[in-house]
Amino acid sequence: MLRYVFRRLLTAIPTLFVIVTISFFLIRVAPGGPFNQERGLNPVIKANLDRIFGLDQPLWMQYLRYLGNLLRGDFGPSYNLPDFTVTELFKVGLPVSIQIGASALIIALLVGGTLGIIAALKQNKGADYAVIATATAGSTIPTFVIAPVYQLIFATTLALVPVAGWAGGAFANKIGPILTLALPQIAIVARLMRGSMIEALRSHHIRTARALGLSDWSIIIKHALRGALLPIVSYAGPAAAALLTGSIIVETIFAIPGVGRYFVEAALNRDYTLVMGTVVVIAIFTIVFNLIVDILYAVVDPRVRYD
Amino acid sequence: MTDITATAPVVGRSLWADALARLKANKAAMVGLIYLALMALVCIFGPNFLPHPYTTIYPDYVRTPPSLSAYPKPEMIETALQDAVRRMRADLEEWHEQDSRVFVTISSAKVIDERVTRYLDRSDTFNDARIESKSADGLKLTMSATVEKEYFLFGTDNTGRDLLARTLIGGRISLAIGLLAGCVAVAIGVLYGATAGFMGGKTDEIMMRIVDVLYSLPFIFFVIMLVVFFGRNFVLMFLAVGAVLWLDMARIVRGQALSIRRQEYVQAAEALGVGAGGILLRHVVPNLLGPVVIYMTLLVPQVIILESFLSFLGLGVQEPMTSWGVLISQGAKNIGSANWLLLFPAFFLVSTLFALNFIGDGLRDALDPKDR
Repeated sequence: MLRYVFRRLLTAIPTLFVIVTISFFLIRVAPGGPFNQERGLNPVIKANLDRIFGLDQPLWMQYLRYLGNLLRGDFGPSYNLPDFTVTELFKVGLPVSIQIGASALIIALLVGGTLGIIAALKQNKGADYAVIATATAGSTIPTFVIAPVYQLIFATTLALVPVAGWAGGAFANKIGPILTLALPQIAIVARLMRGSMIEALRSHHIRTARALGLSDWSIIIKHALRGALLPIVSYAGPAAAALLTGSIIVETIFAIPGVGRYFVEAALNRDYTLVMGTVVVIAIFTIVFNLIVDILYAVVDPRVRYD
Repeated sequence: MTDITATAPVVGRSLWADALARLKANKAAMVGLIYLALMALVCIFGPNFLPHPYTTIYPDYVRTPPSLSAYPKPEMIETALQDAVRRMRADLEEWHEQDSRVFVTISSAKVIDERVTRYLDRSDTFNDARIESKSADGLKLTMSATVEKEYFLFGTDNTGRDLLARTLIGGRISLAIGLLAGCVAVAIGVLYGATAGFMGGKTDEIMMRIVDVLYSLPFIFFVIMLVVFFGRNFVLMFLAVGAVLWLDMARIVRGQALSIRRQEYVQAAEALGVGAGGILLRHVVPNLLGPVVIYMTLLVPQVIILESFLSFLGLGVQEPMTSWGVLISQGAKNIGSANWLLLFPAFFLVSTLFALNFIGDGLRDALDPKDR
């Protein structure tokens, strides 16, 4: 197992390299630069800025230098937030995004999973239809509709929670973002769980367990759930990577100081280092969570072996 | 379930006739289809029948709440009159309504110029202003004007534009982008996927690795880079959005093409001496169409969401043109003071997405051969 993990981490390096290379050149080919402002900078000042940040060197030199810095764990300074390095920005923003994203993911897995199991057990009955309807609604209504409607109902009309803001991580401020992020995930998880649970309940080993006279409860929890978890696990990996690295929409609407906002802002301002930093962080999260998924596969399903 | 009868020769139904019958039996899908057709008709032709163009600004009706009855409300006539009279630099003596005309008497310390009637005409509320009587010293003037009735069923936005007209125009844009970008994505995806699937071997390997790499790039990054390259151009937006969403299509089509090529009926056709073109047209294309159609219906809502998302970030459609995403983002900024700005466009967008999803699900059920 350890050897497998090690091998997987090794193969992640070329993937990461390709991603870094493509994004580096992609953002560089885009017209404009970090210091092209609307009012126009004094050419002398711009030349000085370019020299300080090494933007006057040929592109391949900059690329090699960036790679070298990256290997040493140095993401470089942010161009548009000049007092911060990219690492510092992530140190502040990432915990916020992770906190919101992880809470949303856990809620989604618990609530969505439970709803899915209930729907599967009550297939084609009222409860099942209710879950399907909720799931359809949850996966159809986009986040940028859910979030303002939540604000409209609970913040401006009922005045139960603040409209937006972080307030140092106060609980009332987190409810909205977490719910908004969790709702579509609950819908997807419930759907997946329902499908795989129905299939699992039809399988031979469940029939055997029933024939042996095991209680319904132990059949569902001990035997069926295990098999039914596989699709959820493979969905949860990429979903976790996406949720933990922050959502642009949710962080913008609720004014949360996470890292999700950086991506769009940085790309539009040509804040090269910040864009690259975000790409790398997202890629690392994706790779790590895909690896965790594969390890969990072997834990959930003993037939899966990595040797 | 097909009925296998040995007694009478069964007249086989074609895949498409069968699918159509199944689709017609699916209530949710049919309701979705009718709803979508109505929505498209209303969005395409509706704006032409509305009294308010989507760009016209009514300064007297900024952020007017939606109402089924006509504006101006009685108290608004008073405000509008006061506004106009203030511009005339005169004092409002009295006013009353009679035979659908408003009669206003104003007075001033100086002689009143008769051209002040244009201040009434300029207001959105009044029209056809004329002098009724004038006092001998010219310090008092009575005018009359008709009151213009305006209907704002959905209310007006921050600059006083009719939200109904804007929602319908926005729907036009959102639906058009959904359809066009969907077509672009399908065209690229089918061509790419089919080529990879048919060529096989090394070509397939390389083509699919390229797809893998594009897949691993953060999706938003890709979209934003395309928007940055193409600028905020409306038509190019279609292409950019479509160009991002073809990856799934390519994978699906490649997988289908590979599996169809290995089917026994294709081998049989080959053994009978049917050429590659014949196999392609007779066997591969019809079998590809099912998944392509299904995926396309699921793609259109995705595109609409993506377009709205970009517009929400300010990268999409630019003013005064609008789309549902733009309207929703403006509504989200005004939930405290004018919630109709959010609710109407959000309802239009969400209900359309529901309809599209029901159609997609219905088509999948109708075309999935495994389910027969």
